[in-house]
Amino acid sequence: MKARVFVTLKSGVLDPQGKAIHHALGALGFAGVNDVRAGKLIELDLADGTSEADIEDMCKKLLANTVIENFRVERDAA
Amino acid sequence: MNSAVIVFPGSNCDRDLKVAIEAVTGRAPAMVWHRDTELPAGTGLIAIPGGFSYGDYLRSGAMAARSPIMQAVVEAAGKGVPVLGICNGFQVLTETGLLPGALMRNAGLHFVCRSVGLTVESSQSIFTSAYSAGEEIVIPVAHHDGNYQANRETLDRLEGEGRVAFRYRDAVNGSARSIAGILNDAGNVLGMMPHPERALEAAHGGTDGRRLFEGLLEAVA
Repeated sequence: MKARVFVTLKSGVLDPQGKAIHHALGALGFAGVNDVRAGKLIELDLADGTSEADIEDMCKKLLANTVIENFRVERDAA
Repeated sequence: MNSAVIVFPGSNCDRDLKVAIEAVTGRAPAMVWHRDTELPAGTGLIAIPGGFSYGDYLRSGAMAARSPIMQAVVEAAGKGVPVLGICNGFQVLTETGLLPGALMRNAGLHFVCRSVGLTVESSQSIFTSAYSAGEEIVIPVAHHDGNYQANRETLDRLEGEGRVAFRYRDAVNGSARSIAGILNDAGNVLGMMPHPERALEAAHGGTDGRRLFEGLLEAVA
């Protein structure tokens, strides 16, 4: 079973990396980019039957720092 | 005083910290490996050094905070043992939850490596008792992720409770309210981005870091 964990900065948290990407896109001539936020995608290959609660626990204990980050989990249909 | 320096794979200020502690206390600290599960009996000071533990994978300090030895550190901190986290050590302390907030990428995106002016905000802690409140000191910084952030309530609480230990005098990394170092609510845990162990002797270019260790020795001896 596979799960994808998307870790993103909470809204309101300054994102210097997103800002740098935004600037670089502008420098490349891409107009109309209003904002950029950078995050992480973590792919997990899990034993079948791993519960949603277990994955959430993994996110809270390690994969995301919930002080500054949100997380969202997508599971592949088995 | 018996002290311990925690060593992670990727720590690189562990030996500097050892030299500093030994120079001031006269006793070499135990160097405790991240896989250990216990601190030496009678450890009266725990120091978490700078560096790039676990290559800064995932987030700075994130992996180190979950390493076996940190459970013993959290337990000791709960019992009042002083814990000093410098640079990566500060990041590890926020990741364990011993200190609030988080250290993010510097606002300017650059690695900042230079001596910076700090204001000692409070002399009412075991770490700052040898300074005077409001004193201006110069200590080097060397970090990429030193941009301290926390929500407004947390920042207000830190300020209201006198738990901001050091503040940058000029903009360094985008830290909220120019915070360079903070204390936990019990006052026995300090995290700071600047490196006092790199300002110990005149040959370092400054000695303003020495009093942190001297004050600590006096306070806990």
